[in-house]
Amino acid sequence: MSGSYRWLGLPVAASSYAHSIDYGLLLIHVAMLVIFVLWGIFFAYLLVRYRQRDGVPATRDDERHGWGSLIPDLIVMVFEIALIVFYAIPVWSRIKVDEPMGKNVNTINIVAQQFAWNVRYPGPDGQFGMTDPKMVSFTNPIGLDLKDPAAKDDIVLANEIHLPVGVPTLFNLSSLDVIHDFAIAAFRVKQDVVPGMMIPVWVTPTKVGTYELYCAQLCGFGHSLMHGRVIVQSQKDYEAWLKSMAPVQAAAAQPANSANSF
Amino acid sequence: METPHHNQSWLRKYVFSTDHKTIGLQYMFTALTMLLVGFIFMMIMRWQIAFPDLPIPVLGRWLPARLAPNGVMTGAFYNSLGAMHGTIMVFFGIVPLAVGAFGNYIVPLQIGAPDMAFPRLNMLSYWLYFSAAVFILASFFLPGGAAQSGWTSYPPLADFNPGQTAWILAMVVVITSSLLGAINFLTTIINMRAPGMTLWRMPIFVWSEFVSSVLLLLAFPPLEAGSVLQLMDRVMHTSFFLPKEVMIFGVLYKGSGGGQPLLWQHLFWFLAHPEVYILVLPPMGIVAEIIANNTRRPPHGYKIIVSSMLFIGALSFVVWAHHMFLSGMSPVLANFFLVTTMIISVPSVAILTCLIYSLRGGSIRFNTPMLYALAFLPMFGIGGLTGLPLGLTPTDIYLHDTYYVIGHFHYIVVTGSILAMFGGLYFWFPKFFGRKMNDTLGKIHFWGSLVCMNGIFFPMFITGMAGESRRLWMPTAQVHNLAVQPWNVVGSISAWLLFLFQLPFIYNFFHSLFYGEKTVENPWHATTLDWACPSPPPHGNFSEPVRVYRGPYEYSLPGAKHDWLPQNLESEAAL
Repeated sequence: MSGSYRWLGLPVAASSYAHSIDYGLLLIHVAMLVIFVLWGIFFAYLLVRYRQRDGVPATRDDERHGWGSLIPDLIVMVFEIALIVFYAIPVWSRIKVDEPMGKNVNTINIVAQQFAWNVRYPGPDGQFGMTDPKMVSFTNPIGLDLKDPAAKDDIVLANEIHLPVGVPTLFNLSSLDVIHDFAIAAFRVKQDVVPGMMIPVWVTPTKVGTYELYCAQLCGFGHSLMHGRVIVQSQKDYEAWLKSMAPVQAAAAQPANSANSF
Repeated sequence: METPHHNQSWLRKYVFSTDHKTIGLQYMFTALTMLLVGFIFMMIMRWQIAFPDLPIPVLGRWLPARLAPNGVMTGAFYNSLGAMHGTIMVFFGIVPLAVGAFGNYIVPLQIGAPDMAFPRLNMLSYWLYFSAAVFILASFFLPGGAAQSGWTSYPPLADFNPGQTAWILAMVVVITSSLLGAINFLTTIINMRAPGMTLWRMPIFVWSEFVSSVLLLLAFPPLEAGSVLQLMDRVMHTSFFLPKEVMIFGVLYKGSGGGQPLLWQHLFWFLAHPEVYILVLPPMGIVAEIIANNTRRPPHGYKIIVSSMLFIGALSFVVWAHHMFLSGMSPVLANFFLVTTMIISVPSVAILTCLIYSLRGGSIRFNTPMLYALAFLPMFGIGGLTGLPLGLTPTDIYLHDTYYVIGHFHYIVVTGSILAMFGGLYFWFPKFFGRKMNDTLGKIHFWGSLVCMNGIFFPMFITGMAGESRRLWMPTAQVHNLAVQPWNVVGSISAWLLFLFQLPFIYNFFHSLFYGEKTVENPWHATTLDWACPSPPPHGNFSEPVRVYRGPYEYSLPGAKHDWLPQNLESEAAL
């Protein structure tokens, strides 16, 4: 199935809904090509057939047939209505309106800033701790409030997301400064990250591998350098990685605490 | 009302003139210069896009180290060029050329009026526009340089990025100019038509300017208001667009609190979508004029074209948020804008089909203006068709903010609007200056531009499909762009070649201005009133009162001796 999209030049499709977007792209581009080629042939025919020739005057329209030219319009309109009803609204609703819920959903907070992605896992307790902008420092980029017990086991990474394959993942997007855009081409994920808002976006990765996360909304002079890695792992590898993070987060909590007391 | 125009000083006649023709030409020269400036900015950017790590040849040595240390441009300078390219091309290039230049010069002629309704207001519009244009170019030399937040200027970035204040001030002035111009056009078209010039006898070009003026008048005020709010955010530290606790590089931004960044996007796109139709409708009108003249038959479906324009005008006010599907606004709301966006494509298809159908039964003359008008049709078609996957919400998730978008709207405004306006220049040049432009040079300019423009913009669909984002100073920094980087090189080379193909045009323009073949009142054997006065028309335009007897495109009437019958002649015997 995925092979048929190759000619469009799309990157690898590695999420559960990537195919429904690719399918739409394929459908629309085939239709565009057909419309353009048909139009082009008709256009070329008219240019040759009705070029200026001696003794052949131009002829005027018969007024009665004035509305015949709306037939292509009608066809395009029916096609577009079909696209809206059977494709756009259902697929859009599934991707953007319905969010996955339940216990098995992996929740990750993304805090964007100029020009980095802070990735935050809730840690073993499954709860995100409080944050306070006053606590932002070089070692504590998102201002984690380490007095909050729920914050103590949170894991904060820069520019790297680890995901277990096949598990629905909910990203809560927020920004410290300007508007960014959370984009992962392989997942067909794209969502603006707006300061002052918490915007959810979800994805279920379907292929183990490493993909690129990047910013797709102009966010300043370093915009093009704001990118990172998305590492999709098997459940086993993912859990092993999570465990390996425990000492790192313990170490991270220490200097941040003392830095705060300065 | 009637001013003595014989003894006017040189300054009153050529600089601070109230004559719509002089003002139209002033708009034309300024707008063409601005288009060239915007194009030069783009050619510099294209070096960075194609060869991100290499110093800019020649120019790199002259640029100050602040902008391009060792000749390699900085991200901030790249963003400045990008923001200025967009702003200049849209607000200082195409709109002033389409409305200010062609509208000013042609509309009063085509409706048989001696001048615009408010000649002095017209002069004020031009000088406001001119000042804003000078000011926005001068902003490069201000501390902090030119604006660097994109032509869309989204806050919070635009609220504290350097250079933005100058951008806002220039925008407020140019918007004021456009508003005054719009009022002037509407008043002129409604009140100053010659006797017999009923609404359904107006040429399509006049209709297109009429609809554009309505759009300008109603869509620009929200952006003007938005600009003032952004100015207050920057200068008086209000926070209309700043939420609380904005941290810039780890420091709490003082002005922040309680605002909403999305508010700006709504204000901006409420203007900027109708703006797209302001960029497109007058060129469509020009194309209709040229096609009618060079097929020697009335365009197919005059009423369909005009009603479609009116319909587009009305509907263009309820599609703006299709630029914001992924902005964080409610995804349910996106469905509404999805539907309106699909609806607005219908009248655009209708206009295009009518223009293509107009060729049927014609006797097509392939002169330079006609080549431009004909090229408009398939090129605008590509632009329109590629809008489809962007207007549909699910596919927009993938294509939003990629080069695909850039390719799409450049097909509309460059191979669409700009090609059509080049055609318009070649078409009305005899009217402007009483001399013809060289046809061979015109054809070289045409074919070269057409091929090179496609060479720039078609690769953008390929890079966009591969997921390459727009506005990337260092495209090769992102791994997924590497595979399509050669296409960026193709685009850049095409852009520089496109510049070379503008040289015949520039030479042709100035050479013909002084030495071109002299021409008569109506060299194209056209029917509309702009060809019923001397070339160039004197002050007051028409030597005797004009009366209109028929529709605008009475070509090839059965049984007639000539294949054209002007609107102002009572019968063919007078021809």
